[in-house]
Amino acid sequence: MATLGGLERAVMDLLWDSDGALSAYDLLERMPSDGSRQLAPTTVLTVLSRLEKKGFVARERASRPHRYTAIAPREAHVADLMHEVLDAAPDRAAVLARFLGQIPADEAEVIRRALRLDAGA
Amino acid sequence: MLTAAAGLGLFAVLLAVPVPLALARADWTQRAPGTAALLWQGIALAGGLSMIGALALLGLAAFGDRLPDAVTAFSRAVAEGDATVPVLPLLGLGAAVLLLAHLLLNLLLTTVVAARERARHRALVSLLSSPLPDRPGAHLIDDPAPVAYCVPGDGEVSATVVSAGLVDLLQPDELGAVIAHERAHLTQRHHLLTTAFQAWSLSLPWFPIASASRREVALLVELLADDRALRSTAPDALRRAIALVAGTASEQAATARVRIARIGAPPLPGWARGLAIAATIGILSVPAGLLLTTLA
Repeated sequence: MATLGGLERAVMDLLWDSDGALSAYDLLERMPSDGSRQLAPTTVLTVLSRLEKKGFVARERASRPHRYTAIAPREAHVADLMHEVLDAAPDRAAVLARFLGQIPADEAEVIRRALRLDAGA
Repeated sequence: MLTAAAGLGLFAVLLAVPVPLALARADWTQRAPGTAALLWQGIALAGGLSMIGALALLGLAAFGDRLPDAVTAFSRAVAEGDATVPVLPLLGLGAAVLLLAHLLLNLLLTTVVAARERARHRALVSLLSSPLPDRPGAHLIDDPAPVAYCVPGDGEVSATVVSAGLVDLLQPDELGAVIAHERAHLTQRHHLLTTAFQAWSLSLPWFPIASASRREVALLVELLADDRALRSTAPDALRRAIALVAGTASEQAATARVRIARIGAPPLPGWARGLAIAATIGILSVPAGLLLTTLA
């Protein structure tokens, strides 16, 4: 969790799991302690600022201290990620992707059985 | 020098159409994908070199018979602002320089854009995934769509990603096969090859062979990953995994059939592989040799 990426992850997990808006201090309180070091409030604020720029977090400036919410639930971001992988034209794909057709589970078994028969023949 | 230019031009035409077409149709490439990929790279490099060399020599031929003399005479003419320099040679030289710049810039741009896209995607994967319990290094995305892919890159950027839908669908050995296949792409850095051919096909959109070669190289890269995965996976598990992951989209299914059929098939004999490597070296030495003749 010492890395910035790890901290972003921890903050997002807290925001996604909470019901209402949280302040930086709320987050600091709820951060899982890794025992070794104390997190500074400025670090949390930096992480929140980065997440805001990435479009994950919205800041309520009306309240003092500022409070933060996740803009969209985790599932929405995951769906966006999947769209990127599945819908990107092969030319534009930044990743080497394998897709799966929507094979229902029983059809999968049929395929497996056919292949075992082939392999045994 | 004009004969060398003509030779390079003819060779460029050969490497632009008939040779790649023949290679794309060949069957042996599936039995030696690494050697075939090398040959493709040789064709692309020699083709580009021949095109640029032909244009450059055509331009410089007006300035002398030997390349060093011609270059000196040309530079002097440019430095002195000599207005009697004929137009055609200038056009030839200009075309050569433009083509070289075009190819290099396209390669640079494609590489940079792809790297940035991957880094961005990779950051999202970090934020949204959890580690897979029994598969160290693999990232699990909580989505029902059965998907497995890898994010190529250096160091921390590279990642293997599988979805919850895929983990549900596959048996443990099949999942292991898929992960081994994706990891092979990362270990062998296939993205370098596919990015280069991607850039090449973008640079020369009027060459139908450019996109055909990109698809061929993409298939070869899949075969290379399969071969590597077989070092740690049972062939049967990999066959099942390929069949299940390929899905029903026709292009994917056709590729899957090829991949499944060749698992366990005998590899290309050593002499044939040696012949292909010799051909690669030969193809690269033609433009090199022709350029050397202009020095004497």
